[in-house]
Amino acid sequence: MRKVYTRPRLLKKVPFHYCPGCGHSIIHRLMTELIDEMHLEDRIIGIPPPGCSVFAYHYFDVDMAESAHGRGAAVATGIKRAFPEAIVFTYQGDGDLAAIGTAETIHAANRGERITAIFINNAVYGMTGGQMAPTTLSQQVTTTTPYGRDTGIEGYPIKMSEIVALVKGAVYIERTAVNSPANIRKTKKAIRKGFQAQIDNLGFSLIEILSPCPTNWRMNPLESWQWIDNEMIKEFPLGVIKDITGKTDAD
Amino acid sequence: MADRRLLSGNEAIGWGAILGECKAFFGYPITPQSEILEFLATELPKAGGVFLQTEDEIAAVSMVYGSSMTGTRTMSATSSPGISLMQETVSLMAYLKVPSVIVDVCRFGPGSGMAQTSQTDYRQVTKGGGHGGYRCIVLAASSSQECCDLVQFAFWLADRYRMTVYVLTDATIGQSCELVDLKTRDFGALPDKDWVLRGLDERGGNGQGIHPHMWDYVGYHEDMNEKYREITENEIKYESYRMDDAEVILVAYGYVSRMAKGAVDLAREEGLKVGLLRPITLWPFPTNVLRELSLQAHHILVVEHSSGLLVEDVECALQGKVPVHLLGIWGTHRRDSSGIIYPERIVEEIKQMVGVA
Repeated sequence: MRKVYTRPRLLKKVPFHYCPGCGHSIIHRLMTELIDEMHLEDRIIGIPPPGCSVFAYHYFDVDMAESAHGRGAAVATGIKRAFPEAIVFTYQGDGDLAAIGTAETIHAANRGERITAIFINNAVYGMTGGQMAPTTLSQQVTTTTPYGRDTGIEGYPIKMSEIVALVKGAVYIERTAVNSPANIRKTKKAIRKGFQAQIDNLGFSLIEILSPCPTNWRMNPLESWQWIDNEMIKEFPLGVIKDITGKTDAD
Repeated sequence: MADRRLLSGNEAIGWGAILGECKAFFGYPITPQSEILEFLATELPKAGGVFLQTEDEIAAVSMVYGSSMTGTRTMSATSSPGISLMQETVSLMAYLKVPSVIVDVCRFGPGSGMAQTSQTDYRQVTKGGGHGGYRCIVLAASSSQECCDLVQFAFWLADRYRMTVYVLTDATIGQSCELVDLKTRDFGALPDKDWVLRGLDERGGNGQGIHPHMWDYVGYHEDMNEKYREITENEIKYESYRMDDAEVILVAYGYVSRMAKGAVDLAREEGLKVGLLRPITLWPFPTNVLRELSLQAHHILVVEHSSGLLVEDVECALQGKVPVHLLGIWGTHRRDSSGIIYPERIVEEIKQMVGVA
């Protein structure tokens, strides 16, 4: 009998602490599969953020160390500059990458740091209990926008991937989602491209992943998958936002 | 022949970094520190190191943390407001036991303050600076020579104890030029860096080792206290000057200690028995040394370019047994930010204190 699916070798055998229906566990699986398939475990170093995924180092069986909130891109820069042989990724939420860590993200991208940012966008602050995030949709109810996000007061959902795409040092940016088997496969492909851009020494790569948070969205997992399709994707369309990896190759 | 050069304190810091095998520097310009950046931008790449000017001090210290985690000797330098910005990750490095060297060329504060000299940040660096009740070793340089030597010592201490070591100077020391013997200092063997992150092939482990106290926070603080006790026992450094028969003891550090030395000489010429204790480690503070010296003293005069910060540690050491006087920022020769405390003013204060007209 042919084995078609197994637990990734680099995913530790401990139960996830994530809520049922959360996207983190899917993304952890995709990433550990990829690290194995691309033979990166000997030189990969990951930076998890404060947030629900702060314990990522309990699950990834590779070198990891936390950063202060939002500082992932700068910590990754320090690692990569001192140890250029490393493959370095940050794993960041929307509050981390698109609010408190905006400056670090933009400037790391602008320097063309050979790092890969995995940007989990679930439109809320998950670990602190569902407050408004920079990516919270207009009219979306959160614990700090109890009447719905009023863009006249709280501003608009920020499109960090599109902003970072304007920066010259960014070479590969794609937005995906993990709300269907097809989208999950596309997400894995996108992360692979992000890592490859780094391996090829081309510049900064960013993969934004729309990820369900049923607990803080007050939905069941199925509804949360549908909400990504029906609401989030309207604001945050999926697809490749920037790809100059081929062009750079040709140069 | 010895390599002897005329260097500002800031340039001497840069040389200290190179002689101390610093291989990465991340920093942001700020007066009166910027010459350190400029020097290392030129010299560090020649010495096989990495130099990067960052978008702010928050990024600088985050990069210091990342770089140091790979086992690389890494430094940043800034001035007072930059130290405030760095505290978040200094606290994180204290928790994760990651070594780093950070130079603080102190400027006048609080707030943006002024770029001229002061010692208004003693408490910030000696009492940890950020959240979480940690400590950092603080080395106070009072000459260009000491800038060069103490940076090298700071790297050794940082690796030895896996913690942040500050080298504290001020605008006067940073900007004044003096002759320096460029000499590599050897402080002894260091433990292997078995905790570094360099991928699974070299380490044979994973990053969880960097977070060793996950389930034992009491244990973390107990371990830290043990480490702090060991440092206090072994690493206190100070200079005592003309102390033999001193009845008046001056306590000062940084540029002010140079003025205090001048004051000791002037006062001695007039027959006053004055000596100087100059703490070189501000943390750990030479508490017991001061206590012993005070047995022979009638008066202690703390001289510092602030409203009274060092004096708190002196009072704590002496526990009310000897009168402690303070000549603070009001002792400067001008009331604007360009004022400094001169030896004559210190002698005047000594005379008032001991009742000599």
